[in-house]
Amino acid sequence: MKKNTVKKLITAIGVSALMLASLTGCGSTEEAAAETTEVVEETVAEDAATEVAEAEETVAEETTEETAENTDLSGTITMAGSTSMEKFANALAESFMAKYPGVTVTAEFTGSSAGVESVLAGSVDIGNSSRNLKDEEVANGAVENIVAIDGIAVVTDAANTVTNLTKDQLISIYTGEIKNWSELGGEDLAIVVVGREAGSGTRGAFEEILGIEDACAYANELDSTGAVMAKVASTPGAIGYVSLDVLDDTVIALTLDDVEPSAETIKSGEYFLSRPFVMATNGEIAEQSEAVQALFDYLQSDEGKELVASVGLIVVD
Amino acid sequence: MKGASMTREKRKIVNVEFIAQTVFTVCAFFAVMAVVSITLYMIWNGTPAIFQVGIKEILFSSTWKPTAEDPSFGILYVILTSIVGTVMAILIGVPIGLLTAVFLAEVAPKKLVAIVKPAVELLAGIPSVIYGLLGLMILNPLMYKLEQFLFKGSETHQFTGGANLISAVIVLAVMILPTVINISESAMRAVSPQLKAASLALGASHMQTIFKVIIPAAKSGIISAVVLGVGRAIGEAMAISLVSGSSVNAPLPFNSVRFLTTAIVSEMGYASGLHRQVLFTIGLVLFVFIMIINIALSKLLKKGENAND
Repeated sequence: MKKNTVKKLITAIGVSALMLASLTGCGSTEEAAAETTEVVEETVAEDAATEVAEAEETVAEETTEETAENTDLSGTITMAGSTSMEKFANALAESFMAKYPGVTVTAEFTGSSAGVESVLAGSVDIGNSSRNLKDEEVANGAVENIVAIDGIAVVTDAANTVTNLTKDQLISIYTGEIKNWSELGGEDLAIVVVGREAGSGTRGAFEEILGIEDACAYANELDSTGAVMAKVASTPGAIGYVSLDVLDDTVIALTLDDVEPSAETIKSGEYFLSRPFVMATNGEIAEQSEAVQALFDYLQSDEGKELVASVGLIVVD
Repeated sequence: MKGASMTREKRKIVNVEFIAQTVFTVCAFFAVMAVVSITLYMIWNGTPAIFQVGIKEILFSSTWKPTAEDPSFGILYVILTSIVGTVMAILIGVPIGLLTAVFLAEVAPKKLVAIVKPAVELLAGIPSVIYGLLGLMILNPLMYKLEQFLFKGSETHQFTGGANLISAVIVLAVMILPTVINISESAMRAVSPQLKAASLALGASHMQTIFKVIIPAAKSGIISAVVLGVGRAIGEAMAISLVSGSSVNAPLPFNSVRFLTTAIVSEMGYASGLHRQVLFTIGLVLFVFIMIINIALSKLLKKGENAND
């Protein structure tokens, strides 16, 4: 009887000790987790703080350099238009608002034509269009302000002997009419058509410029530029398209209509696989509100040019 | 005095019991919360597109053009690919896995088991992206050679560079091996030794005993191994997104195909509006598939238990 109680006591103590141990164990892991999250938050906060500080510094510098107006600038800028310009427009809005805290920039993505329509109707300040303006749009008072250029390179694996394609050949390849490089003067090798997934801006631009929206017969739809590069580099006979800024030695960038893809040929308009990013205004920029003028000035500045390059676009001079 | 201290001890024990119970309940609640919130979230996000596009259009149309001027969101080929791919992976993986399990449980000498078993367990621990990378670097080029050989001069075949259904199936078959092997092996080891002894005593050979006695006796465990393998195969995304080519096509062996999982992965990045909602619907379809598999599994296990009793 006594032995039993002693035994029970011992087990009870043992169990409670275990429980305590496990509880403290629990507690410490939780605390550790909490600490890590705190650390993460702190670093995030710090990053944000430094960014803000930097932004403030640049603002401060420029205000001292130029006028004191910048910080006083207030108002709203509304944009609507091209979905392809979403990444660019959002980046622009964000950095512009960081520089001019008094200005609110909102952007909607309704499509190029709808954007130009809205700016002509006066419902927005800027109409984003990822194509040149049409004649009737210009006739109605829209002004074409090209802020950046989107360029796409067509690449093949490094062993491919075909180095030039015409626009029609490129279209035939991507719609599945031409299936072998021998039809294009190359070796007898099947063409493996590589592209991006639906919704990708690069795919949208590529198909739009060639006029083959949703008519492409892809053998591979990969979900990143890097994946396209890797697939094309490692597959004999593959063809793919990527933004101009990621080209390297693992692939050959084809000349199109005998024009090399480069920032120069794109700016001069010789290389056809490119499209302008237009921010259309109703009337000249000088007639716009101060905030809108400041936005275009910002795009002309070094900071603005950096921003354009940072989203993979070509800067216009 | 002694009595009083005893009651204090008892109270302490009761307290500990209470605290422990609370901790366990909270922990259990976490898992339940996760399941409930995921279910609600999937239904909440997956159903709007069904009403907007129409369930018939989504499930039974084979045209997937989510970003076209007049978009169509048919995922029939995607669903079929998931089903065909999983079935083929099971057809390849299960026989190999089952026979490996027989080898481990019955045939192999102890020393060999000591090598093979850890190897199989290691296979289970390899991250899926590694399977995918190996498939991309080794399997795809091999498949491309085979493709060039088989379809030489073909006018209609679209060359995929080796990224096709077969590559995905092979990767999936290897990935389900450890699940099938481990579970069916322990099922076979759990078969009562008397059964085996009785069979041998009746004059049956070792192989006869394995196929006529041990495997039938371990049936419910083997079936659950297969069902878990199906679950793993149908839910895998990373590995097959690297090797399958990801174009929406009918699930033919040398076609570039897209599975339910890879359909979500590959387009979530830039999808917006209705397109995005349809991707959630695909998630819901996948979720329903996996729920069906899980329910089937628990039914089978229950049946097995009853049979064993």
